[in-house]
Amino acid sequence: MSAAASTTADDAQTGQGPTRSQAIRRLVQGDLSSVRVVLGLVVIAIIFQVQESRFLSAENLTNLMLQITTIGLISVGIVFVLLLGEIDLSVGAVSGLSAAVMAVLSVNHGWNAYLAIAAAVAVGASIGFLQGSLFSRFVVPSFVVTLAGLLAWEGALLQVLGKTGSLNINDPKITGLANTFYSDTVGWIFAAVIIGAYGAVLAMGYRKRVSAGLADGGPLSLIVRFVFLSVLVIAAVAILNSDRGVPLAVMILLGFVVGMEYVAKRTTFGRHVFAVGGNAEAARRAGIRVNGVRVAVFTISGSMAAIGGVMAASRLFAVNQNSGGNELLLLAIAGPVIAGTSLFGGRGSVWTALLGALVIGSISNGMDLLSLSSAVKLMVTGGVLLLAVLVDAVARQQRQTSGRV
Amino acid sequence: MTNGTPLLELEGVSKRFGPVQALDRVDFTVSAGEVVGLVGDNGAGKSTLVKAIAGINPADDGTIRFEGREVRINKPQDATELGIATVYQDLALCDNLDVVNNLFLGREERAAGIGQATRQLDEVKMEHETADLLSNLAVTIPSLRSEVGTLSGGQRQQVAVARSLLGDPKVVMLDEPTAALGVPQTKQVLELIRRLRERNLGVVVISHNLADVFAICDRVFVLRLGKAAGEFKAEDTTEEHVIGAITGLAENRENNEADREKSERKPEEEGA
Repeated sequence: MSAAASTTADDAQTGQGPTRSQAIRRLVQGDLSSVRVVLGLVVIAIIFQVQESRFLSAENLTNLMLQITTIGLISVGIVFVLLLGEIDLSVGAVSGLSAAVMAVLSVNHGWNAYLAIAAAVAVGASIGFLQGSLFSRFVVPSFVVTLAGLLAWEGALLQVLGKTGSLNINDPKITGLANTFYSDTVGWIFAAVIIGAYGAVLAMGYRKRVSAGLADGGPLSLIVRFVFLSVLVIAAVAILNSDRGVPLAVMILLGFVVGMEYVAKRTTFGRHVFAVGGNAEAARRAGIRVNGVRVAVFTISGSMAAIGGVMAASRLFAVNQNSGGNELLLLAIAGPVIAGTSLFGGRGSVWTALLGALVIGSISNGMDLLSLSSAVKLMVTGGVLLLAVLVDAVARQQRQTSGRV
Repeated sequence: MTNGTPLLELEGVSKRFGPVQALDRVDFTVSAGEVVGLVGDNGAGKSTLVKAIAGINPADDGTIRFEGREVRINKPQDATELGIATVYQDLALCDNLDVVNNLFLGREERAAGIGQATRQLDEVKMEHETADLLSNLAVTIPSLRSEVGTLSGGQRQQVAVARSLLGDPKVVMLDEPTAALGVPQTKQVLELIRRLRERNLGVVVISHNLADVFAICDRVFVLRLGKAAGEFKAEDTTEEHVIGAITGLAENRENNEADREKSERKPEEEGA
C-alpha cells in the first residue's frame, strides 16, 4: 500500500518538476539494490573486523580478491542467463571439465599454454552452445537441460582426468594467471588509466547529451560518481600495493565485468537479452531472433565458466576430481541474486556478479579467519542467500502493487 | 477526406480454420486519412480479418490490393514492408524496458564510429527521436526513461501506437485500443487516433465500444459470422442501426433467407 501511495505522490510531483522526480526515480529504481549490497558489505566487514583484526588487513583483502576471482567470472556468465529468466546449473561442472581439458593438453600433450587455455574456453563455449540450442530448439526447460549437463560434464571431467584423478599444472604461463602481482608503479598506472577512462566516458556522454538538448540535472551527479569511483580505485590500489601488489587475477575479473557490463547495457545484443527476459513474445514480434539470443547467452555462460575454471586451476596449480564441484555452482548463482539481479529475468547488471562474489567471499573468508566449521559457513551463506532472495521478492511485490511488473 | 483509390482494398477474402469459416468473401477498404471502425460480436471475424491483413494468419482466398497494386501478404514482414502496422491488444511491450527502448525495440539506432564493431546503441539519438515523435503526437509521458511497466494503461497504449509509427506506415490497425481504459485515458487514446488521421494515415480500429467508434470513426464496418453485415457512414447512422447489423436483427427483419440459414448454424446465439 505504501508503495502505491508513494507512486501517486511521485506522479503528482512529476507535473511540476520532471527532472528532479526523474533523478530520484532513477536512483531508487536503478541503484538502490547496489546501495543495499554495499551497505551489507560494510556491515559484514564491521562484524568480522570486530572479532578478528586481520580481516581488513591488506594481506587478507588481497587474498579475498584472489578467492573470489573464479566465482566472480562464472557469475558474469550467470548474470546473462538470469537476465533471460533462465538458469544454468552446469557452470560448475563445465568449469571443471574445461580446466581439465586445459591441464591434459598442457601437461600430457605439451601444448602451448595459450592454445590450451583457448581450447578450454572453446570447450566451455561449445557446451554452452549445445545446451542453449537444445533448450531453445526443443523448448525443454533450461533447468533440466543444464541439470543433465551438470551430471554429464562431471562424468566427462572424471573421464578426462583418467585414473590418477588429478593433474598438477607446471606451465608458468598458466599458473601465472592467478599468481602474478604487479609492482606498485604498474598498479598506479592501472589506477590512472581506469580513472582517466571513466572520466572520459562520463564527459563524452554528457557532452553528447547536452548537444542533443537532452541534458537533465546538470553534471553534478556525474561529478559525484567520478569522485566516488576515483576514491575507490585509489584506495583499492593503495591497499593492494601495501601487500603484494595488484594481482593480475583482479585485473582479469575487472576486465570481464566491465566488458560484459558494456555488452549488456550498451550494445544491441545486450538490449535484446533484456527484452527477451522481460517479454519474449514482444521481443519476437519486434523482430528479435529470440532463439539466437538464447543460444548466444548460454554460450557466454559456458565460456565464462571455462574462464573461471582456468583461473581456479591456475590458483590451485592443479585440476582434480573436485574441480568445479562442491558449492561453486550454487555460490556462482547466489552471488548475482544476492546483489540484486532478479531470478525472474529482465532486471540486473553484470556488476552484481562482482558485488555478489564480494559478499559471499567476505563471509566465507571471515569465517575461515574465525576458524568456523564448514557446517556453520554453509548455514550462514544459505541464510544470507535466503535473505537476499526474500528482499528481491518483496521488492518485486512492491513493484507490482505500484503497477510496475 | 477520401480521394481516389483506397490505400488498402480487400476483395472476397476468405479464411477457414478446419470446419469453421472464419471469414467468408469479405470486401473491405481503408483510405488515407480515414478511420474505419471494425465492429462485430465475439467470433464475428474482426481479429481474423486484422490478422489476415497483418500476415499473421494469411487469407486462404481473395485478393488484397495496396495503393491499387495487387499484393500478397503471407507473413508479418510482408505487411510491415508494405507499410501496414498493427497494435495488438496485449501491446507487446517489455515492461522492464523504458519508453525509448520499447519504441526502438528490434530496430535500435546504432552508434557510429568505433562502437559499430560491437553494435553499440546510440541512446542519445533514440531518446531524441522518441521525444520528437511523442511531442508531434502530443503524447505526454512523465519521463522517457521510466520503465513502461510504471506507466498507466492509457500511456502504455499510446507508447504502443507511437511505436507502430516508427516504421512510417501508411495503415495502422488497432485492436481494442480502449478496452480496459478509464474515461480520461480513453479520451487520450481517441485523441491520438484523431492525430493519426490528421497525418493522413488509414486507420482501422477494432472496438466493442460503439460510443468510442462513433466518436472517432468516419465509417463503420460490421462483421457478422465471418461475413460483411453492413457498412455505415458514421454521420449518417445511429448506434441502433449498427447494433442491428451486429446482432443480425436488421437482416432478420428483412427476412433475408440466405442469412437466416447462416444464423441457424449458431442457434444458441439467437436464443440468447
